[in-house]
Amino acid sequence: MLKSSPMDAAFTKNKHLISRAGFGIELSQIPACQQQTPQQTWQNLATKKAFRPLSLDATALDFDYAKIKNLNAEQKKQLQRSNRQQNIEINLKFLNEMVHSQDQLREKMAFFWHGHFATRVVNPKLSLQILNIIRETALGDFKTLLFAVSKAPAMLSFLNNQQNKKGHPNENFAREVMELFTMGRGNYTEHDVREAARAFTGWAFNGQREFIERLRLHDRGPKTFLGKTGNFDGNDILNIILEQKATARFITAKIYRFFVNDNVDADRVDKLSEQFYTSGYNISQLLDNIVTSSWFYAPVNIGSKIKSPIELMAGMMRMLPMKIGHPESLITYQKLLGQMLLYPPNVAGWPTGQAWIDSSTLLLRMRLPQIWSGIRPLDLTPDNDDDLDMGLNRKQVIAGGFKNPHMSIQWPLIEEMLAKQDIEQVLLQKAMTVRWKQLSRFAGNSIQTKVIDIMSTPEYQLC
Amino acid sequence: MIIKRRDFLKISSLASASVMLPRFLKAMSLPDALDKEGKVLVVLQLSGGNDGLNTIIPIQNDIYYRGRQTIAIKNAVRLNEQSGIHPALGFFKELYDNGELAVLNNVGYPQPDKSHFRSMDIWHSASKSNEYLNSGWVGRYLDEACHNCAHPTQALEINDMLSLALKGAHQKAFAFKDPKKMYQTSQESYFKSLYDHHHHDNETVEYLYQTLGSTINNAGYIFEQSKLKKTSITYPDTVLGKDLKTVASLIRSDINTKVYYLQIGSFDTHVNQSQRQQALFKIINGAVKSFVKDLKQNGVFQDVLLVTFSEFGRRVAQNASNGTDHGTANQMFFISGGLRKKGLINPMPDLTHLDEGDLIYTEDFRKVYATLLRKWLQADPGKVLGWKDGLYDFV
Repeated sequence: MLKSSPMDAAFTKNKHLISRAGFGIELSQIPACQQQTPQQTWQNLATKKAFRPLSLDATALDFDYAKIKNLNAEQKKQLQRSNRQQNIEINLKFLNEMVHSQDQLREKMAFFWHGHFATRVVNPKLSLQILNIIRETALGDFKTLLFAVSKAPAMLSFLNNQQNKKGHPNENFAREVMELFTMGRGNYTEHDVREAARAFTGWAFNGQREFIERLRLHDRGPKTFLGKTGNFDGNDILNIILEQKATARFITAKIYRFFVNDNVDADRVDKLSEQFYTSGYNISQLLDNIVTSSWFYAPVNIGSKIKSPIELMAGMMRMLPMKIGHPESLITYQKLLGQMLLYPPNVAGWPTGQAWIDSSTLLLRMRLPQIWSGIRPLDLTPDNDDDLDMGLNRKQVIAGGFKNPHMSIQWPLIEEMLAKQDIEQVLLQKAMTVRWKQLSRFAGNSIQTKVIDIMSTPEYQLC
Repeated sequence: MIIKRRDFLKISSLASASVMLPRFLKAMSLPDALDKEGKVLVVLQLSGGNDGLNTIIPIQNDIYYRGRQTIAIKNAVRLNEQSGIHPALGFFKELYDNGELAVLNNVGYPQPDKSHFRSMDIWHSASKSNEYLNSGWVGRYLDEACHNCAHPTQALEINDMLSLALKGAHQKAFAFKDPKKMYQTSQESYFKSLYDHHHHDNETVEYLYQTLGSTINNAGYIFEQSKLKKTSITYPDTVLGKDLKTVASLIRSDINTKVYYLQIGSFDTHVNQSQRQQALFKIINGAVKSFVKDLKQNGVFQDVLLVTFSEFGRRVAQNASNGTDHGTANQMFFISGGLRKKGLINPMPDLTHLDEGDLIYTEDFRKVYATLLRKWLQADPGKVLGWKDGLYDFV
């Protein structure tokens, strides 16, 4: 049970803060988190750090996609295999940043925007490009982010703006930019969607993955959008969208649900979104307003959220330093638990909260600590993913070593760090609803067993 | 009575009595709980986009042969004047001759999407093309069928992961590859101990523990049922054969399951299609043959309906790699001893009117779902799908 000395209170707050503004506390951070104030912790998190873009190691097949039809069967297979490998490489590098980067706040917000501006494309260069845009601008201002993402080839491709032409508008991007990325339903009409689609005609990208405006395909006629009339282009539409307070409200509410609680407090979000709007959509300022408020640390918000699969995995990896022999096996867990980076289920991103949990995912979550410790095997196989595997044989896709994670957790180090700690308090945001005494017959005296047992509880799924 | 006494005793001994009993008794008095005598639906998903035109083949159509110089099926088994079936589906021809197979051609939806995941998402959630739903059609059926019921086992997926199709807004179905394995996992004494000793906390914690408890209890229930009536029929030694054997044993037990969900793949035949499709059909043909034999021997074939679907068909013309690329509309198979319409129940796809080389759907898959819900499962398609646009009469 959690005790309530002032030091414990600070520890609880620091753990809460780092689980929301990062991917949970690292093993080595425990002493600091027991001493410093939440204000100090926040200062460390919020201090600006240099942005380092992710890049691909392997020399990629540089490829003109316009010529894909001319490839023979063997070349096509080769291309598919290379694309698949590179998308996995990007996925694992992003996950690696979440686990090891000092810039936890940036990666956490990048993770948020990755689910918000959800794209899913075959070409790994496009995936990498939009991911870096998102990571670079994650803490900047939302206007810059919205413009950059809207002009990113991955987005133009994913939402079919390449096919959006004068006389033959494709409404996909125009609709989703309003419904999912900015204002949300109820703040525009079908007429606005059609007019915005006309304004975005001609927005495209070239073979060098650069944004271009194909003026010949652009509809220059007058449009009426959200009550304004003019010869609008895509930039005008985005600017008008940003003038709407509904945009600030929609983004603020979503960030509140991600950072604070799935249940929105309407008054707080109204106030926060006013400030967000007035600040010119300054994301860092919004986060600061949230984290420095006293309600952020209210008991009702602590341990109130269900960790997403990525948050669960990254959190375990931060607490349990480990060597991973076959990093690709982490993809298998992402698939089985229902969240594979770079592969959101659709443009609406991943459904969250209770949606993560069914009987299969819960049992796997609760066995994960044992599986990763090598105590039991993973005896599950994820579904084939045809977009990813592109018809490759299953055997080719899941190489023999995939199922054994070959993880070696550095238990001696962990045991040393946790020797004098209340392990339950360190690992959980929320006290066990089961009295530990009633379970102690399972744990014996070993720190390792106790860590595994506590990580195997429903309570450990909370952050 | 809906729940038989011996079931009741068996389950309550497995469950932690204090938690399970009140809900259980409540469920027994529910008038709208499912009756055991009803029909069973088995959905077989052909993942990856099966090539429908090389499944039911337009044997008299010149456009077909011209578009498919190297992969046209030339030894189709004749069904009627116009059409034949892939030779690896020999048992399906038998079903056809017996009036136990119905084929609905050209099923799809408006504004078709050619991405596997998005189109599968649409088929699972039964959404419109520009709409995103977080629940599936079988899951929403489960919400209706298992309102406050003790065992949300009306729908089961034979898989290691639960598909979107089986996730409702309130209830989620169970997924397992092997009832015994799921049972053993769920019976880990540590998990049981956690569940037995936890006390009520906030809604989120409670949701996790409820899911855990439901898994422990229902894994036991499903495993018990799966052992009751072992089949004497031999099934092929394939994954699908094993899966259908599990389904058959559960159908013959007293379990309350109304919908079973299975999948096989991948049918994503961009390259060298012929061998891949034939190999998969051979697996399906053998497994379905044993399954039907099993059901017939036990006198339940008229109460079971096996339905197949795929997220899309392929383009009419082949590609340069002896394969086919993503297309649109496709056929669905319906196999049962209780069909009201048999054989090819609508015209073959029109190859003269294409949309940029793709078939133009004529039948909406949501109308098929609505028919299955209303006429086979006695559920309200308005509530589950929001569908009010008529029904088919094949069942």
